[in-house]
Amino acid sequence: MQANPAVETTRLHKNYGDVQALRGVDLRVETGSIFGLLGPNGAGKTTAVRILTTLLLPDEGSARVTGFDVVRDAAKVREQIGLAGQYAAVDENLTGFENLEMVGRLYHLGRGRSRARARELLSSFDLSDAADRLVRTYSGGMRRRLDLAAALVARPPVLFLDEPTTGLDIRSRIELWDAIEALVSEGTTVLLTTQYLDEADRLADRVAVIDQGLVIAEGTPEELKTQVGGERLEIRLCDGQRGEEAVAALGSIASDRPFLEDGWVRVPVAERRGTIADAVRRLDDAGIAIDDISVSTPTLDDVFLNLTGHAAEPETAEAEVQSR
Amino acid sequence: MRALRYGISDTLVLAKRSLLRIPRQPDLLVGFTIQPVLFVLLFVYVFGGAIKTPGFDYVDFLMPGIIVQSIVFGGFVTALGLSDDLKKGLIDRFRSLPMTRSALLTGRTLGDVVTNIFQLVVMFTVGLLIGFNFSSSVGEVVAGILLLLLIGYAFSWVFAFIGLSSSSPEASNAYGFTILFPVTFVSSAFVPVATMPSWLQPIAEHNPFTTMVDAARALFLGIPAGNSIWLASVWTIAIIAVFAPLSAWRYRRVVTR
Repeated sequence: MQANPAVETTRLHKNYGDVQALRGVDLRVETGSIFGLLGPNGAGKTTAVRILTTLLLPDEGSARVTGFDVVRDAAKVREQIGLAGQYAAVDENLTGFENLEMVGRLYHLGRGRSRARARELLSSFDLSDAADRLVRTYSGGMRRRLDLAAALVARPPVLFLDEPTTGLDIRSRIELWDAIEALVSEGTTVLLTTQYLDEADRLADRVAVIDQGLVIAEGTPEELKTQVGGERLEIRLCDGQRGEEAVAALGSIASDRPFLEDGWVRVPVAERRGTIADAVRRLDDAGIAIDDISVSTPTLDDVFLNLTGHAAEPETAEAEVQSR
Repeated sequence: MRALRYGISDTLVLAKRSLLRIPRQPDLLVGFTIQPVLFVLLFVYVFGGAIKTPGFDYVDFLMPGIIVQSIVFGGFVTALGLSDDLKKGLIDRFRSLPMTRSALLTGRTLGDVVTNIFQLVVMFTVGLLIGFNFSSSVGEVVAGILLLLLIGYAFSWVFAFIGLSSSSPEASNAYGFTILFPVTFVSSAFVPVATMPSWLQPIAEHNPFTTMVDAARALFLGIPAGNSIWLASVWTIAIIAVFAPLSAWRYRRVVTR
C-alpha cells in the first residue's frame, strides 16, 4: 500500500497568465484514506483538483492517480475517478433518476445496470421520493447529495470532492459528512478540498494546508491542531492583577501551560465539554471574580496566522481587483 | 470498434438529454416554433401585399426563405445548452467521465436534427394552411427537405461554437441574433434581390443564405435551379468542415470559471 498511493503529485506548477496558482505542490494520498486539502479561496485547491481530474493540464510537474499519469493516461484516469464539487454539476432539466442514469450510461455501464445503480444511489442518499422530480425543484442540500451520488455511479476507487459542503446549512453538512464517511468505510479513497478546519478535522486522516499555491503544512488533524494550539479557554478577570493566581488555580485542567495575554488568561484545553463549568468552580473556590469566559476553537484563520503570519483572506487578490 | 460503439452510444445518450430539455423549458419551444410561424403570418399578411414577386404568389416565394431562416436558428438550442452547461459546471462533470469527449457536441447537434424535423412539420403545415403549394416532383421535395436538414445541422455547429465561446446563455443569444439575423435578411429570403439598392445587390447575391434559399425554392417550386443546389450543398458542407473542428477545439480548451 505504501508503494502505490492513490494520488501522488510531484512539483505541480500551474499559472493563469501572471497568477501563479500552483507553485510546486507535492501531495501523497494513501489508498483508502481521506485526505483534506485545506486553504482559503484562491489558494490553489480547485486548480489542484482540476489537474488531478484531467480537466486542466499542469504547466510543470506530474501527477498520478492510481498509478496512471493524468496527462499521458488521462482516459485511464477518468475510469478511476469520481468528481463532485461546490457547484453541484447536475442537469436541472432532468430528474434525479435521469441524471444518474445518464452518468451511468456515460461510464458505459449499460442501460440495465445504469438504472439499477441509479435507484440504489437515490435510495442510499435519501432521494428516492424525489427521484422523478426535476432537479430544478431540489433544495441545495438535495442537489449536493445528487451530485455526490453522480460521482459514485461507477464505484470509482478515487473520489475528488471540491468543497463539498460550501454554502450548505449545518444539517445538510452533517448529512453529507456522514455519507462521505460511509463511503470510505467501503474502501474509497477521498481527496477533498475545504475552507473549514472543522470539516478537515472531522473527515480527514491527513491534511495538507495550502496557501498561495504552496503546501505550507501537512500532517494529521491532531498534529495540525497541536501546532495551532487546539481549543482554548479564555477568561477575563474582574481584577486583572490576579492573573497568576488564576493560572495556578486552573493548572490541572490545562492540556498545556496557561498564559497571560492582553489581560486575558488563556488556557489550552484538551476537552471542550464541561470545561467552562469546571473553570468557573475552581476560580470561585479561589475567590477570583470572572468578567468574561469562553472556549475558542481554532479556525482556519488561526491556522494561517500561526503558519504564515497572515490571515486566510486573499487580501492580495482583493487589492489587485481594487487597483484595476 | 469499441471506441466507435461507445462514441455512438454516448452521442445518443446526450442527444436524448438535449431533447428532454425541450418540453421542460416551454419557452424554448416557443422560440423555435411560434416565432417563425408569427413571421410567416406577418410577412404574408402585413408586408406581402407590398412586396412584388413576379411569377410567384408571395406565400410561395416566402415559405422556402422563411423555412431556411428558421431552420438555421433551430440550432440555437445547442448554443443555449452548451453555454448553460459551461456556466453551471456540467461540462466539468462530462469532461471527467470516461465518455467519448466529442459526444457532448455530436449529441447536441444530433438532438437539433430531431427538433429541426419537428420545426419543418410545423412550418410546412402552417404554409399549406395559408396557401403554399409544392409545385415540383416528390423526389425534389424529399431532396429539398434533406438539404434543409443538412443546413440545419451545419448551423448547429456554428451555434455550438457560439455557445462555447460566450460567457452566458444571454451572451450567446446576443451573438447569435445580432450577427446572424441581419445576414439572413440581406438575402433572397424575403424579397427578390433585384428590388434592393444596387450597392446591396452583390452582397445579397453572394450571401450563402441566398444560395440556400434559391436551392430550396428550386426544389419546392420546380423552377430552374441554376447552380444553386450544388453551391448550397458545398456551402453547407464547408460550414460543417470549418465549425465542427472549431467547436471541438474550443470544447477541449474551454476552462470553466
